[in-house]
Amino acid sequence: MTKAKRKRLILNLVTFALVIAAYIILQSMIAGKSISRSLRGQLVPICAWIVMAVSLNLVIGFSGELSLGHAGFMSVGAYTGAVVSGWLLHAQNMQDTTLRLVLALAAGGVMAGVAGVLIGIPVLRLRGDYLAIVTLAFGEIIRSLVNVLYIGTAEGRLHLSFLNKEMPEGVQMLVDGAKGAVKIKPIATFTAGFVLILITLVVVLNLVNSRAGRAIQATRDNRIAAESMGVPVTKYKMMAFVTAAVLAGMAGALYGLNSSTVVPTQFTFNQSINVLVFVVLGGLGNVLGSVISATFLTVLPEMLREFSDYRMLVYAVVLILVMIFTNNPTIRAFADRLFAPLKQLFRGKKQAGGDAK
Amino acid sequence: MTEIRKHRSDTKMVPVPSHSIVPERDVNEIPVLETRHLGIEFGGLKAVDDFNLTIGKTEIAGLIGPNGAGKTTVFNMLTKVYEPTTGAVLINGRDLHGMNIVQASKLGIARTFQNIRLFDKMTVEENVRIGLHNRIKYDMFSGMLRLPRYWIQEKRQHEKALELLGIFGMQDLADEEAGSLPYGAQRRLEIVRALATDPKLLLLDEPAAGMNPRETEELMENIAKIRDQFQIAILLIEHDMSLVMGVCEGICVLNFGKVIAKGTADEIQSNPVVIEAYLGKKKEG
Amino acid sequence: MIFLDNLINGISLGSIYAIIALGYTMVYGIAKMLNFAHGDVIMVGAYVAFCGLQYWGLPPVAAILVSMAVCTVLGVTIEGLAYRPLRQAASLAVLITAIGMSYLLQNLALMIWGANPKSFPRTFINSSIINIGQLNVSSATLITILANVVIMVALTLFTAKTKLGKAMRCVSEDRGAAELMGIHVNRTISFTFAIGSALAAIAGVLLCSSYPILQPTTGSMPGIKAFTAAVFGGIGSIPGAMLGGILLGVIEIFGKAYISTELGDAIVFAVLIVVLLVKPSGLLGKPMREKV
Repeated sequence: MTKAKRKRLILNLVTFALVIAAYIILQSMIAGKSISRSLRGQLVPICAWIVMAVSLNLVIGFSGELSLGHAGFMSVGAYTGAVVSGWLLHAQNMQDTTLRLVLALAAGGVMAGVAGVLIGIPVLRLRGDYLAIVTLAFGEIIRSLVNVLYIGTAEGRLHLSFLNKEMPEGVQMLVDGAKGAVKIKPIATFTAGFVLILITLVVVLNLVNSRAGRAIQATRDNRIAAESMGVPVTKYKMMAFVTAAVLAGMAGALYGLNSSTVVPTQFTFNQSINVLVFVVLGGLGNVLGSVISATFLTVLPEMLREFSDYRMLVYAVVLILVMIFTNNPTIRAFADRLFAPLKQLFRGKKQAGGDAK
Repeated sequence: MTEIRKHRSDTKMVPVPSHSIVPERDVNEIPVLETRHLGIEFGGLKAVDDFNLTIGKTEIAGLIGPNGAGKTTVFNMLTKVYEPTTGAVLINGRDLHGMNIVQASKLGIARTFQNIRLFDKMTVEENVRIGLHNRIKYDMFSGMLRLPRYWIQEKRQHEKALELLGIFGMQDLADEEAGSLPYGAQRRLEIVRALATDPKLLLLDEPAAGMNPRETEELMENIAKIRDQFQIAILLIEHDMSLVMGVCEGICVLNFGKVIAKGTADEIQSNPVVIEAYLGKKKEG
Repeated sequence: MIFLDNLINGISLGSIYAIIALGYTMVYGIAKMLNFAHGDVIMVGAYVAFCGLQYWGLPPVAAILVSMAVCTVLGVTIEGLAYRPLRQAASLAVLITAIGMSYLLQNLALMIWGANPKSFPRTFINSSIINIGQLNVSSATLITILANVVIMVALTLFTAKTKLGKAMRCVSEDRGAAELMGIHVNRTISFTFAIGSALAAIAGVLLCSSYPILQPTTGSMPGIKAFTAAVFGGIGSIPGAMLGGILLGVIEIFGKAYISTELGDAIVFAVLIVVLLVKPSGLLGKPMREKV
């Protein structure tokens, strides 16, 4: 095994180990009732945001395209999940919550994937800034559309109407326009979230370290060169985009089924930016980084309530500073020199360890 | 000029072709590359006009000319980065008309770039593996789920990549980040990556640019070696005349988008039109 | 008559988009970056003008001038602090920085002026209703359209005739060559931000004169739509910004009037997507070719 491969394998194992360890610790804390109520309520959303961040990292970090509409896919998933779960309960009288949750998550992923394909076909022909702004536009279009969407179930059938609320008598509303998805039975569990994170990590990490994943990264580094080597760029951009959309849809379904209502304003452009901050702060192309930053940036504002007014302000400053520090050659060289002694220390230790063996 | 000739006799090469730019040894084969009246306009300006060139199956040809003559534009048309306005490109007798860059690559045309275009953030080996993309395949799900096919094909890719890197003795660099390599190594890596696609025709855009004389000499030998080993045709753009004259069996000179001369190294060197294009017209009196 | 009413309102709204789009199109043309924070400069401009009118008791013209001055300084500062260090960086990094800047401005505004919407005061701009035949047109509508025309003409003349305007065109054409010719590229880019931001202040005042609700997010939606307009017209082109802005304004008003009020924004964005797919260089833009 080569050096680079071994390093990568270790990093991936660390990622999985951390997630599994966190799950075990938190589960035992729940069993021992030593977990605060606010943190308990945060567990499922944290899982959803981790999945969002890792999937967005696939698009931004590995595929190199800035998608500003990731929250749109989340909302597609959340709505689909709520509708499917509600329909299964009311129309099919399915009482098994686990099965309902699994089906709802799957449906959320599929619908978001379909949306990803529909959006990806036009969007991925564009480049750079244009692509970013069009994903933003699509995110906003999705939001406007669900705002005027009405779905209800009556006598085992699903009724759907658009712009106007035209529903038969005795209908059980599932999606009620601007009021959002209503009367959801919260069935999402922390374990489901944990499994979803594992699935996401397996999919993303395995994809990245495979033929398709290398093709995706090649299109990021140099589009023309990749095409000249016979790599169909659009196909691989699409693969990354749709995979991310499916995962975001599942995250959305999980998130939606964790509360009793889902409203369109939960999935605005601001949420897309929120996830972008997770990704940028965790490091573009760094999956473990995304997991950690998504966790901390979701927990932290809850813990420091008085600080929450300044949260977005700090996020903004962080975005700017991280970008300048990682991309300006002068400042980067300066920072490298500043941290050089520290790195030396690490390297020295490692080497010493190696010698001991 | 005697120096150059001496060098040529030193490197082992297939016999120098006669008058034609197509060597006699390939005379019964379909030419690897044939262009017919190829031309392109940018906003009314003819960047390349009526470009005709034929290259045999295992020929090394040079495309030279002053800066801005349209050499790289020719490469861009051959690889379908640009769509020609007029004329046709045939690779192994197949017309590239209506094809995109990827399809052209699959027909067996590979190139390097004047301004190096490596996948900077990927390792050297991964760069070569991108070249192997269409040669050693497995689908996305085998990769995601780590099915047996993934392990088999990954191993094959790895072995092939190292074998190819061996051409330039670069196996030890396999784990380095491509963007962090020294300039000469980056140029060599680009050639390896292009070879990985199993091309019939290799286009090299200024392969010796930025190299020192020693490196250039080594490169020259390697170009001949690559041709012999892979049995492919090579077309190269180069400003280093010792390389062009030393390794190319046929040379085509481009000036202001038009072919002004074609022939062997000796013919080109003594051609007054070529000398004029490079040095300017001799002043009368 | 309703049709004509809508048309005039559309042109007026479109004129605001056009003035904002100018800021996008000039900066994109010269610095090759999407200044995402431009929409928020509009918001700052509107707030400053609001303060001038409401708290400091300035006459309207003075309030507008102060607002323009503040925005100019703000624009140049943003460029110098955040964008200049990233001049050589990948467009992804620059865009993320610009998004960060947009958020920074919104949240600073939130801290300074609070989240509660402010009602923009009445000025000479929107104080009267003018009757033309059977049409009742607000003075704000007419002044907006007039301002747009004046700005377009002035800017076209400026880039064509003055030395600085020519420098701007040079930098947008080929930054490296312009530098070799002795043009101060950084100074020219700063100057472009200055003009764009001053125009943003005017756009902010005009926007709030027609739609008098002012809050920290006031600028973001019109900003994004104006970028759409700039792309529609062909990015980098000044007449394109005008054409794109007005068309977009008309489309939005008609979409809201005849299709659905809720879907107004969706229609505008759908237009953007269609334009980018059918003619990515926009109506009056030049196609760009990647150098290989």
